[in-house]
Amino acid sequence: MKKARTLLILLLFNKVAFAQGNITGNMETVFQYLNEDSIINAKQPVQKGLMNSYMNVFYTQGNFKAGMRFESYLPRIQGYPNRFDGTGIGMRYVGYQNDFVDVTLGTFYEQFGTGLALRTYEDRNLGYDNLLDGMRIVLRPGKGFVLKGVYGTQRLSFQQGQIVHSEGLVRGTDAEWHLNEGLAVLKDKKLDVVIGASFVSKFQEDNNPEWILPQNVGAYGGRVKLTYGNFYADAEFIQKEQDPSSDNQYIYNYGHAAIFNLRYTQKGLGILLSGKSVDNMSFRSDRTKDLQDLLINFLPSLNKTHTYNLVATLYPYATQPLGEVAYQADILYTFKKGTQLGGKYGTTLSLNYSTTFRPEQTLNGIDLNDSSRVVYHTRPFTMSDSLYWQDINFNITKKINKKWSGILSYYDIKINNDVVKVSDAQGIIHARIAVLEGTYKINTHHALRWELQGMWVQRNEEGINDKGDWATALVEYTISPGWFFSAMNQYNYGNDDPSKRVNYPIVTCGYIKDATRLTVSYGRQRAGLFCVGGVCRPVPANNGLMINLTHSF
Amino acid sequence: MKYFLFLFLTALFSLAVRAQEPTAETSLSQKKVPSVKLVDMSGKAVNTADLTLNGPVIISFWATWCAPCKKELNTIHELYEDWVEETGVTLIAIAIDDEKTKSQVAVYVNGKAWDYTVLMDPNWDFKRAMGVNNVPHTFLVDKNGNIVYSHNNYAPGDEEKLYQELLKLSAK
Repeated sequence: MKKARTLLILLLFNKVAFAQGNITGNMETVFQYLNEDSIINAKQPVQKGLMNSYMNVFYTQGNFKAGMRFESYLPRIQGYPNRFDGTGIGMRYVGYQNDFVDVTLGTFYEQFGTGLALRTYEDRNLGYDNLLDGMRIVLRPGKGFVLKGVYGTQRLSFQQGQIVHSEGLVRGTDAEWHLNEGLAVLKDKKLDVVIGASFVSKFQEDNNPEWILPQNVGAYGGRVKLTYGNFYADAEFIQKEQDPSSDNQYIYNYGHAAIFNLRYTQKGLGILLSGKSVDNMSFRSDRTKDLQDLLINFLPSLNKTHTYNLVATLYPYATQPLGEVAYQADILYTFKKGTQLGGKYGTTLSLNYSTTFRPEQTLNGIDLNDSSRVVYHTRPFTMSDSLYWQDINFNITKKINKKWSGILSYYDIKINNDVVKVSDAQGIIHARIAVLEGTYKINTHHALRWELQGMWVQRNEEGINDKGDWATALVEYTISPGWFFSAMNQYNYGNDDPSKRVNYPIVTCGYIKDATRLTVSYGRQRAGLFCVGGVCRPVPANNGLMINLTHSF
Repeated sequence: MKYFLFLFLTALFSLAVRAQEPTAETSLSQKKVPSVKLVDMSGKAVNTADLTLNGPVIISFWATWCAPCKKELNTIHELYEDWVEETGVTLIAIAIDDEKTKSQVAVYVNGKAWDYTVLMDPNWDFKRAMGVNNVPHTFLVDKNGNIVYSHNNYAPGDEEKLYQELLKLSAK
């Protein structure tokens, strides 16, 4: 009875107060029906059909906000983390915000600075979700000044329809000040300054019988962002206290992460130079976890994210949290319309170079037999000659006339597979990839697009070239705004093992109506690494039907 | 605990039902742009609920690693001057690049000489609030903040449909 009355009051209250709210959200369903295919080593799961779904619903009414996400894995699709099952609520929160205060109770996603100290985020395509469940407060006490505080436990996985939390606790605070908004002296000055500082601490009980482990571990640092006309520079440095974990084999070294960007831009030109130094910076709310589990911070890899499938999924690079030094240069230039190289519509040239090395670690003044378990000495941005990664690439984008446009791209990639382990091959894999893409516009609504891709892998000293050479061809026919049809084949023609010189054909058909999109594909998909940011998920080879439906509201 | 969850769900459900009733004030097509605080390329704060203060806007979610997104925004770039003149529209390009590629956003935007307002959404707060599944996703918003049209994809010719919707909006 009491229950019924509460409900009635709630509903009435609701009718009055929530009559004019705003609801947004989205959903996605992925269904796979998989065949057994022994040639590409694709297995048919016992259930034959697999399905992932989720739906977000966000509600705001004046200053009040609430939201939730239902997730369903019946069972999870191939390549998704193996700890996702059942149907239930994977995220939920309530909150209140105005111009001064923003409070959230429940789950939330947050990033301090560039994320070197703290970043919780989700990527549903990857199955990555390290949200914090607890309390967050954001204060804006003065113009351009933002103060944040977070307190909570992280999401580890989703089992039997429920969030499984981390054992450890995460607390953090961050302040950022845009000086030009806050200080009258700097108002309307050409120099624009943003400064910030973060402190993050985790707590986990010491339940290790072997070592005396620090139960509270802090990470802290500062950042600065400067803009002066066409010039821009930013930098962040975070230091981490002693954090023995299974990742770093329970050493008691301090860790650090540093990143900087220098940029010059003007109309038609962009130049970027970036650097990064990481040492012993795997920062997790549970010291026994590894891979992508329970990371508190985010260490982006310093290289371009490629989109053509041979370049993107065979040899991608992800940051080595135990240590690396990386640099990147990126240039984009557009030759003006009417010049010799620009032609009638202008031509865009993009150059990108990135390289990553192992940091130099010395034993200067270190006694490995003492009880400190500080096992090496290193300094930010000092690197050894051991290469982890190198990528030199360029592309030229050109519109030839009203009907034709095209892109030519070339990539020269070296990846140290002893460290990155994208496959079983040893040593440095050296791959060269060329891609030619063309679009032919038939009329206002019809267009034909095609891609030709080739990958050539050089033999290393051991005579190994991993899976060898590949070729990909793709054609896509689009009818705007509703339809697309595509067919793609990937052929591993250069594999040393003749039985593995396999074709991977796949056809896809898609229908789009406003914010709803339905795609159906059938065929073979090659095993590969699916990466977003610095996080990668290995996706096994499969053969079958895939249906994907997304909708926004 | 279960009881509270039940109450919470009932409340959410009932308000969802309310919101879907096609009354004069609320209809499905009148989803509003939610308020999220983002920064532009130089770090200046912008509240997404204030984007339409100067008239209608096109909100286009893109990333430096998304080929169709770049194709869409480069195509509109050639038409943009005319669109602004005829309809007073502003295009807001929301870059969903995370810290890995965020620093390349300004390189691309300036290298391509885009005249758009570019906002950074590195942790996907605005992307989530707008219900965006994947990019490109383009919204047309009237001067009162109501979303009147949205399209999730880009194929050559889609800009024509967007332009027609824009003309319909400015004729009102």
